[in-house]
Amino acid sequence: MSIHAPILAIAVPLLGGFAVPLLARIHKKIRDLWVLVVVLVVAACAGYVAAHVLKEGIWIYVLGARNPQETLAPGGFPIRIMLTADAMSAFMGIIAGLIVLVAFPFALKYIPEEEGKTLSLTLGVLLLAGIMGMSYTGDLFNFFVFLEVTSIAACGIIGFRTWTGRAPEAAFKTILLFGLSGLFFLLAVAFLYGEYGALNLAYLAAQIKGSMVDRLALALFLAGLLIKVAAAPVHFWAPDAYGEAPAAKTPLLVVNTQVSLYGLWRILFTVYGGALNAGVGWLVVSLGLLTMVVASFMALAQTDLGRLVAYGAVSQIGYMMLGVGVGLVTLSGRPDYGLVAMKGGIFHMLNDALTIGLLFLCVGAVEWAKGTRDLRELGGLGHGLPGVALCFLLAALALAGIPPLNGFASKILIYEGSFRLSPILGAVAVLASIFLLAVFVRAFQGAFLGPKAEVEVKLPWGFFLSLGVLAVGILVLGLVPGFFVEELVTPAAKALWHGRALYLAAVLGG
Amino acid sequence: MIGNLPFVVCMILIALGLWTLLAKRNLIKLVIGMSLIESGVNLFLVSLGYVHGGIPPIYTYAPNDALMVLPTPQALTLTSIVIGVATTALMLAFAVVIYRHKGTLDARKIRDLRG
Repeated sequence: MSIHAPILAIAVPLLGGFAVPLLARIHKKIRDLWVLVVVLVVAACAGYVAAHVLKEGIWIYVLGARNPQETLAPGGFPIRIMLTADAMSAFMGIIAGLIVLVAFPFALKYIPEEEGKTLSLTLGVLLLAGIMGMSYTGDLFNFFVFLEVTSIAACGIIGFRTWTGRAPEAAFKTILLFGLSGLFFLLAVAFLYGEYGALNLAYLAAQIKGSMVDRLALALFLAGLLIKVAAAPVHFWAPDAYGEAPAAKTPLLVVNTQVSLYGLWRILFTVYGGALNAGVGWLVVSLGLLTMVVASFMALAQTDLGRLVAYGAVSQIGYMMLGVGVGLVTLSGRPDYGLVAMKGGIFHMLNDALTIGLLFLCVGAVEWAKGTRDLRELGGLGHGLPGVALCFLLAALALAGIPPLNGFASKILIYEGSFRLSPILGAVAVLASIFLLAVFVRAFQGAFLGPKAEVEVKLPWGFFLSLGVLAVGILVLGLVPGFFVEELVTPAAKALWHGRALYLAAVLGG
Repeated sequence: MIGNLPFVVCMILIALGLWTLLAKRNLIKLVIGMSLIESGVNLFLVSLGYVHGGIPPIYTYAPNDALMVLPTPQALTLTSIVIGVATTALMLAFAVVIYRHKGTLDARKIRDLRG
């Protein structure tokens, strides 16, 4: 079985998701158990793929053939669909696996049965299938299909609470942009197919020389994926979406933006790596700076705790873009600090998934307890919900990059690398972080401090399990970052940084 | 030149769709704009795979030296059409729900979520 781990990580949630409504007809407990089993299987597969890839190198899983060489037509032309997992894909898989392991047990307790728990779980599992597919695929059209699977499932989750009036509005806005993003991506795929007659990432990478059509396709790829990533000029769907989706599912939506970011890195570094000039890198860097600054300022104006955290989530995407963008700018010379910045950007994906996940789960717990997220009405919850208050504070400090928490461990690498490229970049990044700290301290004070507020509802213990796991993760990643950077992040950064030749050789042979 | 005509038509369709998305404020018209872009992209894919004088790529009754159109873009288009139907259905469903809540489809009047 274990040789099929990459495809199982996609197939199990895809089929398992559609089985959820059927099992719910038999018994609700069977459905819950099934969802947990599916999530566990996916996480185990992701873990196995990561262990295998880190030990043995790039793992190519060919659908319908035993080894990749059988798929090559004369002339080195891969004719079968393949999954290609390198250290970066494996890292993405681990993030997704970790987050679903925490988010789904929370969701099982959080979403009430009468609010359509069954269908909400189905959508969540399908979103997971799309995320795993995007992480492991080695084929451009498959990437597009999984992108659309995540788009549709994500919009279903966002617009799920149709009785609120606001949720369908957020979902309509989001699906308009996601649909546009998917079509841009497909048009870019069509351009490349028209030029080279292939869809395999590695084969295209070997062919692309930077012609007019290539550059047009690159512009469309960038436009499509930056919408999905929620980068600055097109970020406005994200706060609505994160604010309106059920809080238990929001961490998955965040992972969805991260995996789109991974797709962007895959296309920029692996497919276009041979024909890229520094201008694209500067574009990514400046959009990253714009994202973190705009989102931090917008967070200040929020009175809704959910939307405030959502802007925090958007701003963190800016840090990842800055970190990896510095790597893109310096790709031709490959100085050391470029790799440092890339390590920071990639490590920050994992840290962001944990901290933002914890913040959204805290928001969910607050909403569960008080029925509102409006900061003008909340206050004094720290007395009734000390555990939630502590977790919120921990995550907020980690988000702002306060040592010794995990946000600091990755942001210091980003600051260091971007400062070496240009001191202004590092300075803006530090300032945006400080600003974000002020915003979150205000939010913490508004929601949890103040005169004692009565909390009638007792939170289920399952909530605290999920919150606790994430909080421990934040502390562990912050206290011993060296181990994780060495074992997970450095291979992932190197896979993008100089792994292109290996990736091509693994697929195309020779 | 005449061989490029299909591509020109596709680009006109995509441009029309983008213009609809930017200029129109009615939710149904936004959905129509999205469908226009989608049709443009799908037509583009299909016309990419056309080989002048080619026959459908079915081997059963084809002569040995047959010139066939490329099958892959057709498979891609089929997939993309299915995805498009799902997206359109979801968008229309949300438009219906929004109309029930707000009594209007004018995007300028639907502004609960600002800032």
